[in-house]
Amino acid sequence: MATLAERNRRVGLMATAIVGAMIGLGFASVPLYRMFCQVTGFNGTTQKAEGAKAPGAVVGKIVNVRFDGNVKPGMAWSFAPEEHVQRVAIGARDMAFYNATNNSDKPVTGSATFNVSPSQAGQYFTKIECFCFKEQTLKPGESVRMPVVFYVDPRILDDPDARDINEITLSYTFFPVDSAGNGG
Amino acid sequence: MTDTTATAAHFQAHDDHAHHDADHKPGFFARWFMSTNHKDIGTLYLIFAIVAGIIGGGISGLMRAELAAPGIQYLPTWLAMLHGPGTFDEALHLWNVLVTAHGLIMVFFMVMPAMIGGFGNWFVPIMIGAPDMAFPRMNNVSFWLLIPAFTLLLASPFFGGAGTGWTVYAPLSTYGEPGPSVDMGILSLHIAGASSILGAINFITTIFNMRAPGMTLHKMPLFVWSVLVTAFLLLLALPVLAAAITMLLTDRNFGTTFYDPAGGGDPILYQHLFWFFGHPEVYIMILPGFGIVSHIIATFSRKPVFGYLGMAYAMVAIGVVGFIVWAHHMFTTGLDVNTKMYFTAATMVIAVPTGIKIFSWIATMWGGSLTFKTPMVWALGFIFMFTVGGVTGVVLANGGVDNYMHDTYYVVAHFHYVLSLGAVFALFAGFYYWFGKMWGKQYNEFLGHLHFWVFFIGVNLLFFPMHFLGLDGMPRRYPDYPDAFTQYNHLATLGYKVMAAGMVVFFVNVIWSLIAGKKAEDNPWGEGATTLEWTLSSPPPFHQFETLPKID
Repeated sequence: MATLAERNRRVGLMATAIVGAMIGLGFASVPLYRMFCQVTGFNGTTQKAEGAKAPGAVVGKIVNVRFDGNVKPGMAWSFAPEEHVQRVAIGARDMAFYNATNNSDKPVTGSATFNVSPSQAGQYFTKIECFCFKEQTLKPGESVRMPVVFYVDPRILDDPDARDINEITLSYTFFPVDSAGNGG
Repeated sequence: MTDTTATAAHFQAHDDHAHHDADHKPGFFARWFMSTNHKDIGTLYLIFAIVAGIIGGGISGLMRAELAAPGIQYLPTWLAMLHGPGTFDEALHLWNVLVTAHGLIMVFFMVMPAMIGGFGNWFVPIMIGAPDMAFPRMNNVSFWLLIPAFTLLLASPFFGGAGTGWTVYAPLSTYGEPGPSVDMGILSLHIAGASSILGAINFITTIFNMRAPGMTLHKMPLFVWSVLVTAFLLLLALPVLAAAITMLLTDRNFGTTFYDPAGGGDPILYQHLFWFFGHPEVYIMILPGFGIVSHIIATFSRKPVFGYLGMAYAMVAIGVVGFIVWAHHMFTTGLDVNTKMYFTAATMVIAVPTGIKIFSWIATMWGGSLTFKTPMVWALGFIFMFTVGGVTGVVLANGGVDNYMHDTYYVVAHFHYVLSLGAVFALFAGFYYWFGKMWGKQYNEFLGHLHFWVFFIGVNLLFFPMHFLGLDGMPRRYPDYPDAFTQYNHLATLGYKVMAAGMVVFFVNVIWSLIAGKKAEDNPWGEGATTLEWTLSSPPPFHQFETLPKID
């Protein structure tokens, strides 16, 4: 039979180990949450196509895709979609353009984050090619036309929570990436 | 002050004398500043909680004064008193600072220290027949960590003020509020959290290892059960908060982007982490109250508590389920319908063990020989008010309903009914129940009842109209409101004044009783009071149970 002090130390250490494990879990939640969002499309996380092919249009199934673009307050860019809405057949490959202009007198690098609303549509909104996949650098006063190539996965029609969606909004926000590189 | 030079030798000498002078106490400084005695540390916690309660309650008085009428009344004046004249926006920011301070102080520096640190320290070792806590010096560290934590929080308004709300949501708390005060608030939470974790480890070890011979887990008093469950909740929940706010701190100061979409982070992640802590936290605040109320109801019904094992495991169930319902605080963040469905259902499940407790308290009273002493009326007030708060909780648990109710005064009414009228009533019940035991002088029965009735009327007048305000759509966290909400807000402010008058009665009672109260008997409550603290003198000897009691 261990003495009381020894038993106390053992239980105390076990409790401390639980605390340590929970702190670890707290920090581990960051990558876990990111993985969870990517797998499930949770919170409107969009999907990235593996190949470059769209599955092909489903006849008679059309959704409105609305485009939205904005920049982080204080970033000296103007950024907007060319067209605000497109009618897209589900499953068909489609392309939209955004225009970005650097209004400052310095080169500015930006990276775009994106989100889909309603969020149930996120896991079916698949991008083949997007300017948001890499950082964009604009020289002072430069304007560029930036494409996004996407399709809406036909599996959306099998999802009872998402099949009634007839309008999907794709929103981009540009954030400045500072030269130190710790923005990413 | 020779006391300040107390050394190990000083305590050694004291140990040598202990066996022929059982109640020898160290001098003032060594006793109160270097204390390792669970009762003295409990007393320190209670004093700390009362001071924090006065400050936190005073802040809510400022808020009720500002809300007494539509328009901005006092905020610019208070800002001028604090910082010198400022802009109107700075005055509005002061409102956020007040809301934040009230929430943090009441949660971390009033309810938790009083329930766990105060009553837990005082009575857990006595109730299980132990001479002291398992780690007495760590107990001392737990208490004294609270002082710098509270100091940091109280100092933060002088550096601009943290106006983030007690939830410290990103991005408001990351790039929304520059300046040192939010950092001070976060550090304060870190330190207070460390204090609570150390306390939790101490309680778990004490309860597992130091029970008197014969005191099995299933014979443990319910208050001890409640503290055990609470300690586990602290152990599992607080480290997650620590991780979450550490990431806030690095986001603010070291360029990380855990919660910043610019770098691939997500502010919603903070909400998940916060509420993974925050929901168990609300049970941390109420579970010890459940334990206290169980003892009081049994004592004043002169019956053992109805369904002892059900009561104990209901608390365990509440603790377990409390960890898997957190997203009901986030129904409006864009969860999909299946997630909402799950969190709605899981949240409602908590009403089952809670209902078991409520009905068991009622069944304990059924056929009992009831006496309505002050602790009993507070405990009855607790049951009534907590049930009201529980019912509005079931309403809010509905994901669909919550779309409308979220961030309205209905939510404010709900959590004040379970905390300000639930936890606080349990605290007062326990305070009166153990007053004579802790201080050796009995409180005044008339003043105790007067305190109860004035306070009861006051808080109900204060918080009940908030249900209507919420249903009418008045949002929380604003210092102003449209004229249509004037009447109910006026009533609420009136209720605050009545409540404050009740608190004056309380302090008169405490001071008068400590000075001139009649000497407390060892067991003033008679045969209904069966736990071990009533077998000791009032107040208990400095070191109790030199020979361990045997429980059969």
